[in-house]
Amino acid sequence: MSANMTMQSSAPSPELRSKSLLLRLAAMRAWLFLSMLLIVFEAWAWISAGQSFVYSAWNWQSIGIAAVAPLLLALGSTFVIISGGIDLSIGFIMGLAAVVAAHVTQKLGLSLPLFLAMVVGLVAGVAVAAIPGFINGLLISKLRVPPFIGTLGMFGVARGTAFLLAGGTTVPVSNSWFAWLGNGRFLGVPIIVIVAALFVLLMHYLLSQTRFGQHTYAIGASQQAALRSGIDVSWHTQKLYLLSGACAGLGGVLYAARFTAGAAQAGEPILLDSIAAVVIGGASLFGGSGTIFGTVAGALVIAVIQYGLVFLNVESFWQFIAVGVIIIISVLVDQTQRRLSGERQ
Amino acid sequence: MTAAVQGSEAPLLDVRAVSKRFGGVEALKGVSMQLRAGEVVALAGDNGAGKSTLIKTISGVYQADGGEIRLGGEVVHFATPQAARSHGIETIYQDLSLADNLSIGANIFLGREPMRKAFGFLPVLDRAKMAEAARETMARLDFHVNRMTAPVGNFSGGQRQAVAIGRAIYWNAQVLIMDEPTAALGVPEQRKVVALIQNLKAQGRGVIFISHNLQDIFAVSDRIVVLRRGSLAGERKIAETNPDEIVKLMVGG
Repeated sequence: MSANMTMQSSAPSPELRSKSLLLRLAAMRAWLFLSMLLIVFEAWAWISAGQSFVYSAWNWQSIGIAAVAPLLLALGSTFVIISGGIDLSIGFIMGLAAVVAAHVTQKLGLSLPLFLAMVVGLVAGVAVAAIPGFINGLLISKLRVPPFIGTLGMFGVARGTAFLLAGGTTVPVSNSWFAWLGNGRFLGVPIIVIVAALFVLLMHYLLSQTRFGQHTYAIGASQQAALRSGIDVSWHTQKLYLLSGACAGLGGVLYAARFTAGAAQAGEPILLDSIAAVVIGGASLFGGSGTIFGTVAGALVIAVIQYGLVFLNVESFWQFIAVGVIIIISVLVDQTQRRLSGERQ
Repeated sequence: MTAAVQGSEAPLLDVRAVSKRFGGVEALKGVSMQLRAGEVVALAGDNGAGKSTLIKTISGVYQADGGEIRLGGEVVHFATPQAARSHGIETIYQDLSLADNLSIGANIFLGREPMRKAFGFLPVLDRAKMAEAARETMARLDFHVNRMTAPVGNFSGGQRQAVAIGRAIYWNAQVLIMDEPTAALGVPEQRKVVALIQNLKAQGRGVIFISHNLQDIFAVSDRIVVLRRGSLAGERKIAETNPDEIVKLMVGG
């Protein structure tokens, strides 16, 4: 026991060092998953088709485009999940934003210059998405509704509103700028991938370098501690769900641009993919941990599985099984990590 | 009487006949106590004696219904714990109120993080400053850590207690109120906390120390204030009393 007390001032034991190495590996598990997947797919592609999976610009463009929408939703969710909450409404908030952006861009395009119509459409889509985000925040921070239930309710409200606004169909857009945003390339890189990458940098800055990010981690660890440190937890929570809604909105307008049409059901399958991306990326659903680059890796893991299995001519239903297995492994790693770091010294 | 013995200096904290009621229940019935710089006062009493109410009244969680609290000779009224903290009264709760996923530095600065400008324009957290402050503060408590980036959740109970105390003294707390600081700890860790309190005393800070553990109280305090059913049951200097007498005061035997 007394050896324990002196250990703090001496060098860590080899056992402790190997443990911290394990913890560090666990923290970047999403990148390990991604590397392993790429190695397996590369070997598989050579054996079955005699071609490379990894050395193909086309494959990476397709993976990047497929990853954009789930990633944008996942970026907002990373903040919410780190704070110990969850936002289930983002899938249909995304659809709502897609429908609004499509409507506004199309209608204004009849009278305004096309570029201006697109800009207003994009802003309108994101702004409308912020409204359910704001209401989620109000329900959770002021009215103390549990996040799971509050955002589940908003899931239904956003879904119904999106379908009503779309008139039950998809809303087509004929606007060359809108199509350029969704399908254009700059130096061979899809524009929406560039937009998403810039947004990733912004979110990484917000989470890792600002007070806002620091307080998000603190709230996830202990609301009581955050409150006693003078952090306005209620207002912070409000901002988190607003951010989550706005991220889903950005995902929605880019999705609409990609298909030059707004569909209310666009985000339905993307909700779970985005939460999976956050979890695979190393965030804990108990709150308190997670990073933006982890989430990026998580979104890439899912996109690589989905695209790669199609590329390798595997029946598409295997995607669900593969993603499901990786989620379960990821959560098991998270629990082991907790147990290891829980053993103090 | 104690005031005369303790010296001529004015007390750091002077609680005069403070009362507090919740509905029909009188939780504090005119309790007085004093705390001097460099003094450790233990607050003892059975459950429901009013210990918690008293410290919460001092630290701004509750507002007194009667009596007054003087800090450095001036009458003060704290509407919130933040107000009390800005006057140098810091409470260290039993759960320590640490964010276990953040480093020592980040915990010390939680809610008031220092910023610097990266590339001359981009405001970012000043982690170097936080780590430096953490290292200095912990060294003042005679507590040396290697990895300043490790989350405090990795540390032992006594070490986390030191972090919570370090946070208080970094912000220049003159009065530290510690609620059962040794309750959840093993024996060696309890000793470490007792050493921490002696260290604070040597730095000239005042400590109010709530504990059920008479052994700890006798190890570290200068005086004991015993409460019973919201009233002052007695006040003794450690040198002039013994555990039996304190227990009798507590239970009213």
